[in-house]
Amino acid sequence: MNPESSSYRCAGGIESLGMTLSLSLSRREALRVGLFSAAGLLLASHPLLNAARAATPAAPPAPASGKVKARSVIQIFLWGGMSHNDTWDPKPDAGYDYNGPVKKFLPTNVDGIQLSEWFPQLAKQADKYALIRSVTHRNNGHETAAYLMQTAHVPGERLAYPSIGAVFALFKGPEYKGLIPPYVVLTRPQGRFSEEGFLGPRLKPFATGGDPNASRFEVEGVVARGITDERQKRRRDLLERLNTLGRAMEASPQLAVAEETRKQAYELILGEGREVFDLSREKPELRDRYGRHTFGQDCLAARRMVEAGVPYIVINYPGGWDTHKDHFQTMARQCPQLDQGLAALLLDLHERGLLESTIVWCCGEFGRGPKVDWQPPWNGGRNHYGNVFTALVAGGGFKGGQVVGASDAKAEEVKDRPVYPVDLLGSIYTLAGIDYTAKLPHPMGLEARVLPDPSEGVKSAGLLKEIM
Amino acid sequence: MMRRLLVLSLAMVAAAQAATPKSGAELYESSAAVTAQGEIDRLVLARLTPLGIKPALCSDEVFVRRAYLDVIGTLPTAKEAREFIEDPDTQGKRGRLIDRLLERDEFADYWSMKWGDVLRIKAEFPVNLWPNAAQAYHRWVRASLAQNKPYDQFARELLTSSGSNFRVGPVNFYRAIQNRTPEGITAAVALAFMGSRADTWPSNRLAGMAVFFSQVGYKPTREWKEENVFWDPLAGLSLTNSPAAGEAPQQPASRPPQVGVFPDGTRIELPADRDPREVFADWLISPKNPWFTRSIVNRLWSWLLGRGIIHEPDDIREDNPPTNPELLAYLEKEMIAGRYDVKRLLRLILNSQTYQFSSVPRPPVEAAEANFGSYALRRLDAEVLIDAINKVTGTSDLYTSAIPEPFTYIPADMPAIALADGSITSPFLALFGRSARATGMENERVNRMVPAQWLHLLNSSHIQRKLEQGPKLRAIVDSGRKPEEMVQELYLTILSRFPTVEEVKALEELGRPGRTGRTKSREDCVDIAWALINSTEFLYRH
Repeated sequence: MNPESSSYRCAGGIESLGMTLSLSLSRREALRVGLFSAAGLLLASHPLLNAARAATPAAPPAPASGKVKARSVIQIFLWGGMSHNDTWDPKPDAGYDYNGPVKKFLPTNVDGIQLSEWFPQLAKQADKYALIRSVTHRNNGHETAAYLMQTAHVPGERLAYPSIGAVFALFKGPEYKGLIPPYVVLTRPQGRFSEEGFLGPRLKPFATGGDPNASRFEVEGVVARGITDERQKRRRDLLERLNTLGRAMEASPQLAVAEETRKQAYELILGEGREVFDLSREKPELRDRYGRHTFGQDCLAARRMVEAGVPYIVINYPGGWDTHKDHFQTMARQCPQLDQGLAALLLDLHERGLLESTIVWCCGEFGRGPKVDWQPPWNGGRNHYGNVFTALVAGGGFKGGQVVGASDAKAEEVKDRPVYPVDLLGSIYTLAGIDYTAKLPHPMGLEARVLPDPSEGVKSAGLLKEIM
Repeated sequence: MMRRLLVLSLAMVAAAQAATPKSGAELYESSAAVTAQGEIDRLVLARLTPLGIKPALCSDEVFVRRAYLDVIGTLPTAKEAREFIEDPDTQGKRGRLIDRLLERDEFADYWSMKWGDVLRIKAEFPVNLWPNAAQAYHRWVRASLAQNKPYDQFARELLTSSGSNFRVGPVNFYRAIQNRTPEGITAAVALAFMGSRADTWPSNRLAGMAVFFSQVGYKPTREWKEENVFWDPLAGLSLTNSPAAGEAPQQPASRPPQVGVFPDGTRIELPADRDPREVFADWLISPKNPWFTRSIVNRLWSWLLGRGIIHEPDDIREDNPPTNPELLAYLEKEMIAGRYDVKRLLRLILNSQTYQFSSVPRPPVEAAEANFGSYALRRLDAEVLIDAINKVTGTSDLYTSAIPEPFTYIPADMPAIALADGSITSPFLALFGRSARATGMENERVNRMVPAQWLHLLNSSHIQRKLEQGPKLRAIVDSGRKPEEMVQELYLTILSRFPTVEEVKALEELGRPGRTGRTKSREDCVDIAWALINSTEFLYRH
């Protein structure tokens, strides 16, 4: 077997589709395509596709024609649900029962867009993002609303659909050549239906673990606590020397593949891959600009992954926004961090010329009740609210300096231009060149598409054409 | 007298050999010549010899580990491995080990895990297999395997049982099918018991067999989520018209006689007084049935040897011929002669030389693999692997389910192979390709290494913690043994064998400058254990 240019068939599953997929790539390339990409994994493990006469076409289909504007997506998930009134859809005239102690409202660098007092940095960057102030799904449960915002499918159907990140990994994985897996979560996974659904465990996100704001960002499996590089190398040498059976079995094609995958893992552990996670390579001033807190450094790590070509990165906001109690105290503490990290991210991406090809979108699974709940036990908290809330979108083909839709006087209902989850996700898929009417490979061969078909009765008011 | 002396002296030689380390070359293969010991070997060698493939027998070191992993999905302890290797009775010890392993409790755990994939034992929405139903299902499967229930009876009970999903385990066969139309049930039955994928069938065959499953009824009881599976002769029939108030309900129209068609083309009019599932089951388990026996012997063979004689084992069709039809026919004949005694067939295979061939590839590699000229190397199943890591380190994992039920809280010492329900899981099991149990297909379990798995094994805090804090490893390292004895104990614990001359030498050279190689720091010991756990020999059945 010529090690450099073997006509290597990349995965058993693909092989047995009936198409002879002899890739004339270098073996290393072939392995990357076949083994690192989640899609390769999926295909390989996809039982029905192994049947010679599989009814479904080989997924993933080719990217939709049309210009691909977005290469990467950073989703900042404000899980728990961030209040829209107190942040990006302020209603200065709504009165104390709606605004509580929030009294100051900031103009931005775009005429007519106003933010609450906690977002001075974002106020300077309003030309870079659009605020969608009329997102609605009228669902007030964390799990079901998170599922809606991650899949746009109706929760409680028979199928559990994959989240948008898993869909990106499925479609973008094959063309992505990076060392880091294609769907990454900073830093803790959220569960809550934000995962791979019926696509199976192989499309789970790679959750980094660790804390990018710590002196060493200990990415699970990549950077191990207390193990120096010297010891890593010593261990690797020891493994080579003690791998007696491995040497006796050198003729095994299967082991040759496993060896390659181990080398790839070592490129993350000891090679270039891990440098992406090494934030100490950034200038201290830039790290300060992002903010020396976990969220700020999450944003910086996300930018570094965008540079490495990772297709989909989720930042699950540390601590979340489920502020039934201690609402205003939590907002006063967290909003400035959100402001700092997000504004620095947009500016940094812009300055590096990456914003044009990177979508940043930021919202929770819902907003929070416009009317403050002054009763015990809430004592000035806000509860779940899915009737109307705000999402921020930027880059990757979304126009900045825009407001889409509007809520009513007290931000209680949609006034203009509702935006349903299917509209928001459909717009993101479109900018990324993913055909959202494409079939997803279901293990039982059931009919499933990226987004629900209009015939399924899912509400839609159309793609966000006004800002695309 | 002469003979006895000879045996004695051989035994002494063998014992002496075990104590002195072997070198790498003689570690994995026995020097004994391969000669056919039975019909299996004769039929396999009949294929290999014309191809010029010369198999070798595996060594005792390889055999003990292989047999434990294949029969009970569990590593031997250091003591068990040592005793087997040092047992001087080279003639009979492999057969005796096989007999002992087949009677171990873990046999039922491990083979229930395999059947759990085929029978889709997993509590899940939308399948509606509720956690206690999944437990009942698993309990029945496990008990059947533990008592070595004849396979034909096992299949018949799964197909013909009626009653509560919480109380009658086998009825869950029907409830664990996602598509409960007669055609959906037919496809599931074909896959599980005929090793055949209905999507490769002509449509009239599917429709003809579906008639036998057109009268499966489900009805709820007063207990939450309980459901009775029963024979409903009126299933699919609507009442001619609703009864008016005060009138007795009208009798439904009597069903016109139905005609089922067995997959072999035989037509039968369904008797009105018999559950058609029974009619089908009687046809299925007949020794004359061309699918039933073939499917099970092929499946059992592939579970032991890593590859079906028809491959994949659940893809039996005319255009996917067996690599060795005579071997398949022989196994079928034996299964029928043994009245579907599964352990008898396993014993027959395990005692063959063929099963005991070395895994070192034989040229030409592909032909040798397809014709069983070498034992198929394969990565341990996710559950077996984490159990092995936990066993050698003395640690445990946490298994949880998204469905909060008492049955889903698992005692800390339960091995992963004994988990009843596929919804009870851990990040490790998901990462290492455990079956999602959605389809009942064998290839839902994926044992191929991918980089993310290496990251986990080589460098995760999960594994690192086990290596540093695992009480079993600590006990070996802190035992105050001499370094050579400690290394030997690590090898026996992790790789089920003594270290070789070369390995001892490599380890003597280990150690940093300024220190003699003979004393080992704790860090060195952790690193040795780390290297052994990441070696091919640990990660793969071989």
